[in-house]
Amino acid sequence: MKQILLNENGKKVILLGNEAIVRGALESGVGFSSTYPGTPASEIGDTFADIAKEAGLYFEYSTNEKVALEAAAGAALSGVRSMVSFKQYGLNVSSDSFFPLAYVGVRAGMVIVVADDPNCWSSAQSEQDSRYYARLAHMPMLEPADSQECKDFTKIAFDLSEKFDIPILLRTTTRVNHGRGVVTLGRIVEGRKRGEFKKDSIKFRNFPPYIMGTHEELHKKLDEIRKISEEIHINFSLNEDSRSDLGIVTSGVAFNYVIDALQDLKLDLSVLKLGLTYPAPEDKIRSFIGNLESVLVVEEIEPILEESMSALAKDVNPELRLYGKKNGHLPRSGELKEWHALLAISKITGIKSQYNPIAQKEEYKKLNIARRLPLMCPGCPHRASFFATKSVVGDDAVFGGDIGCYILGMYPPFETQDFVFSMGASQGLIHGIKKVSDQKAIAFIGDSTFFHAGIPGLINIVYNRSNPLIIVLDNRATAMTGHQPHPGVGITGMGKKSKVINIEDVVRACGVENVMVVDPFNIKEMEEAVRESLQKEEVSVIVAKRECQLIAIRRKKREGAIMPNFGIDQSKCDGCGICLYQFGCPAIFMENDKFFIDRDLCTGCAVCVRICPKRAIRAVR
Amino acid sequence: MKEFNIIITGVGGQGVLTLTNVITWSALKEGLDVKASELHGLAQRSGAIACHVRFGNRIYSPLVLEGKADLIFGLEPLEALRSCYFGSRNRTIFLVNTHRVIPSSIFITKEEYPSLSYIVKALRPFSDKVITLDASEVAKNGTGDVVMANMYMLGYACAKNLIQLKKESILDGMKEVIPERHIKSNIRILNLGFKAK
Repeated sequence: MKQILLNENGKKVILLGNEAIVRGALESGVGFSSTYPGTPASEIGDTFADIAKEAGLYFEYSTNEKVALEAAAGAALSGVRSMVSFKQYGLNVSSDSFFPLAYVGVRAGMVIVVADDPNCWSSAQSEQDSRYYARLAHMPMLEPADSQECKDFTKIAFDLSEKFDIPILLRTTTRVNHGRGVVTLGRIVEGRKRGEFKKDSIKFRNFPPYIMGTHEELHKKLDEIRKISEEIHINFSLNEDSRSDLGIVTSGVAFNYVIDALQDLKLDLSVLKLGLTYPAPEDKIRSFIGNLESVLVVEEIEPILEESMSALAKDVNPELRLYGKKNGHLPRSGELKEWHALLAISKITGIKSQYNPIAQKEEYKKLNIARRLPLMCPGCPHRASFFATKSVVGDDAVFGGDIGCYILGMYPPFETQDFVFSMGASQGLIHGIKKVSDQKAIAFIGDSTFFHAGIPGLINIVYNRSNPLIIVLDNRATAMTGHQPHPGVGITGMGKKSKVINIEDVVRACGVENVMVVDPFNIKEMEEAVRESLQKEEVSVIVAKRECQLIAIRRKKREGAIMPNFGIDQSKCDGCGICLYQFGCPAIFMENDKFFIDRDLCTGCAVCVRICPKRAIRAVR
Repeated sequence: MKEFNIIITGVGGQGVLTLTNVITWSALKEGLDVKASELHGLAQRSGAIACHVRFGNRIYSPLVLEGKADLIFGLEPLEALRSCYFGSRNRTIFLVNTHRVIPSSIFITKEEYPSLSYIVKALRPFSDKVITLDASEVAKNGTGDVVMANMYMLGYACAKNLIQLKKESILDGMKEVIPERHIKSNIRILNLGFKAK
């Protein structure tokens, strides 16, 4: 982390893609940054949180991505350079303000970082390709391929943004965000930290008739940036004098796969690598494809360049054969890998590779490899909440799922996430289900998720009168993405104390009358709360409040507290297996038909002590 | 130098990311180009992780091509097996820590953790050389912390020329990554790896 603030021009350091983006912002004089945590973008915000004070800039974890985008826009409209970052779904959340922002423009440079996650390595939901947003909103987009480009492209984005009075999208994918690489540092620039909002009776008011004017203006800006796109060094071609009649067009991390595949095949095909992908350099593409017989387009997720290519080919080379995702040379789902590019080039050129991934995989498929499912940690309060809920209702209820650590409740033994859509969707869907069915319905939603998108859904339930049970799993942090604080915790992104907003107070203010706050480690009380709530005529909310065990353990260790150890008394244990098969604690294991507790893994939550029917689990020295 | 490809695999919490980062920095200290790929988020909750590191004169892809790993660090035997397709005969050496971390999900899904001999045998089509060592045991005896098994394995790999990095570069790399208060004990374990037979 210390490398981020190093002011040594020309020094080479190793940075994560996400860290390199922050470094690029610092070299651009950024004064304001906001985010809502979401992997694979999370480390951008966390890096800002680490350095904001020392770097003298402002950073915040906003309540959701729409608010984050609006806040960053407010700063930029007031003349302070700003960056907002989020994962692909964050751009969806922010989109209501994102579209008008393109019309309005910015006074100071503003960069919007959106991280796509092909293969859904680190996020749920969908393999969304956010490049469509650039075209939809008419907002220019850059696509870095590695850490060095993350830093360099961020600087280019800030300059373009300010020069053309338009926000710029920086689109990354997981392998760029979570890739490490060598970065040559530039100078950190001291930018404006304070600004002033100067009124403009036309520009900032997204209201007819001004909109038609700003829309026209936006297209003029894009025309200008398209000229830049033709000239800019980040749109370049390699092996221009190649005698092959096949060429490759690529962007983002896929460029690296292409270069390696060509080296493996000992080919020197011409390659057009696009860094500023929207607006695309149409003339450059036309001249690249003009004399080729065929083009392979290698890009991550959807065939966007590929489709624009076929339109451009009509003008200059109607006979051009296009290869890519549309005719099955490259996959339409999942993450792109080097071997995809290798096989596609091999197939088109007829040049055989020594490498045979199919045979490699065949041998692998024969192996018997036990899965290692991701689990809730030992001592996780969500496990206690799920256990208590299921001990009351069994499988006789619809369980609404949401986005957070508790998504892991979808696996056995709980299976308490019957559907997962998006932030806050547990409540929206459960309301609809409850309106048309007589099933018991329980929505699980996390604390940070509740602040993010849970409140409108809850008010809708009260207003439109349905009676599900909502269980807010309040573990006092945005845990899944790295324990970022939220409004319920009372600490800001700058590390300052703030007002603590209690979820139960918000719930009552939304008009809910049946509200209980329960410590889920107290299984009996939690079960009682669930039982009682399910009998109510109106909606009930249980706030299951218990700090994430990882935070609790860290604090206790710091305070020097002695952690209790637990063991199973084999003379009392009758082997019922509730602790392992129904509670599913990773610290409990079975060997030779006997149950044991792994002391290295046990965090001393003692919930197993409470659920053991034989009282066989107790504290040991 | 020509590219050198490494896979580092294990379970969240075993120091996979630290080892990845130390090697990455060490390569930079040698003046090489280097790229690495990690996975965060869901993968970290006691789940399986495989990180990639590639270094050489000029590195493009951050990912090792399946079959083209030169060295695979298996910090956990089952995870070495899970990532074995990155290896191939005539190229890949496996360095496997024999300390098992049993996935607790197998008790619920009723799957079986394979024996060490099954694992070593299963690795053979993907490698000519599989080296096993109980790095966790040495780390635990040496410092009381099993997580430093990663440094023991790195020391071993360096001493036996399984990885083309100088010891000085590794020590410099460690200083960039490991917090100061832990550096001494980590170097001690690295040295134990160097001395191992």
